[in-house]
Amino acid sequence: MAGTTNRRSPWLIWAALFISIGFSYFGAEVLPKWMLEYPRAWTPNFQKSIDAAMLWLVDDAAIGPLSFGEVTRGLAWLLEQPMELLERLFAEGFEAGDGSASRQVFPPMPWTAVIAIAAWLSYKVGGRRLAILITLCLLYLVLFGQWESSMITLSSIIIAVPIGVVAGGLLGVAAYRTPIFEKILNPVLDLMQTVPTFAYLVPILFLFGFGPAAAIVATTIYATPPMVRLTLLSLNSVPAETRELGSMVGCTERQMYQKILIPSAQKGLMVGVNQVIMLSLNMVIIASMIGAGGLGYDVLISLRRLDIGSGLEAGIAIVFLAIALDRFSQALANRPDPVHRAETTGVYSSQNVLAAATIAGLLLVTYTLGFFIPAIQTFPESWTITTAPFWAAMVSWININLFDYIEAAKTILLLNVLVPFKAFLLAQPWPWVLFLLTLSGFLLGGLRLGALVAALVLFILLGGIWEKAVITVYLCGISVVIAMLIGVPIGIFATRSKRAYLVVHAVIDTLQTLPTFVFLIPVVMLLRIGDISAIFAVVSYAVVPAIRYTAHGLSGVKQQLIEAGQVSGCTDVQLLRKVRLPMATPEILLGLNQTVMMALSMLVVTALVGTRDLGQEVFIALSRAEPGKGIAAGLGVAAIAIITDRLLTAKANRIKQRLGLE
Amino acid sequence: MGNLKTLKCSLAVVSLIALSTSGALAEAESSDPIRFAMNDWSSQLINSRIMGSVLEQAGYNVEYIQADGAAQFAGLKRGDLHVQMEVWSTAQAHLREEGLSSGEIDDLGETGMAAIEEWWYPTYMKELCPELPDWQALNDCAQLFSTPETAPRGRYIGAPVNWGGFDDERVEALDLDYEVIHAGSDAAMFAELQSAYERKAPVLVWVYAPHWVPAKFDGEWIEFPAYEAACYDDPAWGVNPDMRYDCGKPRGPIWKVSWTGVKDKWPGAFDAIGKFQTDNNEQAQLITMVEIDGVPIEEVVEKWMAENEDRWRAWIGQ
Repeated sequence: MAGTTNRRSPWLIWAALFISIGFSYFGAEVLPKWMLEYPRAWTPNFQKSIDAAMLWLVDDAAIGPLSFGEVTRGLAWLLEQPMELLERLFAEGFEAGDGSASRQVFPPMPWTAVIAIAAWLSYKVGGRRLAILITLCLLYLVLFGQWESSMITLSSIIIAVPIGVVAGGLLGVAAYRTPIFEKILNPVLDLMQTVPTFAYLVPILFLFGFGPAAAIVATTIYATPPMVRLTLLSLNSVPAETRELGSMVGCTERQMYQKILIPSAQKGLMVGVNQVIMLSLNMVIIASMIGAGGLGYDVLISLRRLDIGSGLEAGIAIVFLAIALDRFSQALANRPDPVHRAETTGVYSSQNVLAAATIAGLLLVTYTLGFFIPAIQTFPESWTITTAPFWAAMVSWININLFDYIEAAKTILLLNVLVPFKAFLLAQPWPWVLFLLTLSGFLLGGLRLGALVAALVLFILLGGIWEKAVITVYLCGISVVIAMLIGVPIGIFATRSKRAYLVVHAVIDTLQTLPTFVFLIPVVMLLRIGDISAIFAVVSYAVVPAIRYTAHGLSGVKQQLIEAGQVSGCTDVQLLRKVRLPMATPEILLGLNQTVMMALSMLVVTALVGTRDLGQEVFIALSRAEPGKGIAAGLGVAAIAIITDRLLTAKANRIKQRLGLE
Repeated sequence: MGNLKTLKCSLAVVSLIALSTSGALAEAESSDPIRFAMNDWSSQLINSRIMGSVLEQAGYNVEYIQADGAAQFAGLKRGDLHVQMEVWSTAQAHLREEGLSSGEIDDLGETGMAAIEEWWYPTYMKELCPELPDWQALNDCAQLFSTPETAPRGRYIGAPVNWGGFDDERVEALDLDYEVIHAGSDAAMFAELQSAYERKAPVLVWVYAPHWVPAKFDGEWIEFPAYEAACYDDPAWGVNPDMRYDCGKPRGPIWKVSWTGVKDKWPGAFDAIGKFQTDNNEQAQLITMVEIDGVPIEEVVEKWMAENEDRWRAWIGQ
């Protein structure tokens, strides 16, 4: 923990470890009880204050003549209008009449129309390969009977993603222009990513009402931060020469962004867009709990029935939807820059008119044909297929035949690693932890970091959530270590060839968007309720940024450096160890940072398999409608995240200084 | 004869008048949709769809909104959601009471279903532990129900902590050699049950009804000393003179509730939902159809509507 660049650091670490082990053996006998268990009497009750503040915000706060609640309700209404239109257009059709007398007056877009238009557009944008990929993804939705739900989910994503991308991009640019703004924004982003959604679900419901709008707001809060971070990162990594060129040819501020900075940073920005799409689809399940419906709801329903196969099929539908959207947006961005294209791109250009005409034509044809042949309008239910029984049978087979082996391996891991580690952490007296962390902060980042860490640790103590926070650290700590151990090598592998990259890319997209809820049931069936199941769930999700950022960092290493290495006779392994990995360290550390954030954001799911961490605290608060308790626990999660992040960053800066990267 | 005829005739007139007035009553007061909160367990979905279809017959517009069982109360209080057909006294009583006492939701009475929840084991466990379902047999079989982590104590999978249930207290009060492992969700709870059931392995788990689990899996509830209010309030009650909770769990009703605006905006619908009645047997049949036979909920509801026309017509006064 305490590491400095000078010689005394190993001694400090060993001494600290020695004392900690001492505490875990003899602490209970030697130390007074108040040191082991933070006394409840020393915790001010700020949960009540949060509850009161929340009520004030909803009922009494006012912006001009309108109350705050009315403003947010208005916003919700605004969001819901396009949303409802899209839902009717894609999934439900337009209806007229009351009660049982209501009839559909206009059907939704026929599935054939959606697929034809998507295929045609993706052909225009990305060629034949993209068209085939997207058609296959959509055909899956049709064939497996996921169409209507998918279209409802798609409607909400079409609204949520642009909001996240634009808002994230603008915030990123603002942070790039004003360093002070960046300083303020950073902790806010940390909070947005780490406070579990359930912690602020109840306040959001109060402010935005129950329904798709609240779901979109929650989704945006969760999905925007990576866009901001990646915008900032990629703007910062635009070479100074490029910027100077811009000022030399006399760019205005606006031209500078439009013509120089944003095009140069495009690769990084598109990673941001990818993240917004992926994280928005990741929120589909939680969104469905507050009225969004669609695929997320199908997954939840299957989960309640232990219907593994149907849950998996709905989950895969989410993945395919994500892949289709992502690949399409990537292709759209990778088109040659309009500046370099021959034709002009006015609204009424011949190309756009042609596009509009083709879409109108396709709609007309499919609607008309659909009127006579219903199968063209709505895919007949009897034509759909399902593989659900196969998956159920497979899990059963594993369960019956292999359970004993899994159980044996699990028990060894549990009794020899997890239980002792947990006991070790729980045995540490809080004043000692406070001291150690503050000292680490001080040694790594000076007085300011020391003070910040101390304040955050005190916040957890005063919030009365110490024990749950320690269990959180235990679960996430182990998960992050495992995720990095798996993720970094895979990331390295992904940069070996284009093919490997594509395979890995597909796998991590799947992992990130396939709702963890989908494999909750098989995991619990095979690993039982408890920490191992939770760790499994966390790792499966947190491994994604470990892979993604490693690969991204390695592929970003300057070609000249690699050539220099090759010229001086490096073997592949040496090249990796001496040149590529060190140069990619900043990105890999950003990946570690994100891995921690993802692990913490999975706490809500781990609460579902019965852990006793802060995630559970948040969950209980949600079910009892106590926003104060939930937010306090949520902020506790954020405090852990921020401490880890700041200490890691400080450590990383030390390493970078040593390597001469800065 | 003549007398009878006039009687018949007047009866017909009376019933005609009754019909027309009740028809007027049932006319929708507002064409705004009544929004039903849809949770994720089958009886709730079935009952909501039944009530929704009945209200549609009376000319109301109905919308079904997916909602989390806990988060929904925020919506019911603010009028974003209007009707909730199932509030379980066992797990959600505090949320309902809180809403009722603050005047933000209205009570629509009981559904006629009674929630049962208790420790439960598959029938095959009786061969290994023949004295079940008596709770006193539990300690003799603790070893049987144990896992490496909990040994020598038995492992009992309890409901999510936020459902309450006082199982930790029960274990202490009845001096049971068991560790209570709280599942985080009922999906996780029943996943473990299914896993054990497939392997015919020992398992002791919280099961509740009406639900598909007791319909699909063969098993029994443990018989604890029967619940009385005194057991939860008075330490002196029961086998343990010093502690409370030395008995089984209470069995309680499942209620219907609505947003307070419903009775003013759609008074006819408010009355109709108040009259909705079902029972555990009927639910068990419907749930079995949906969960075990795989019939879509819409079809099950249609069938119910066709078979029970007299019943639901009475609710909407037709």
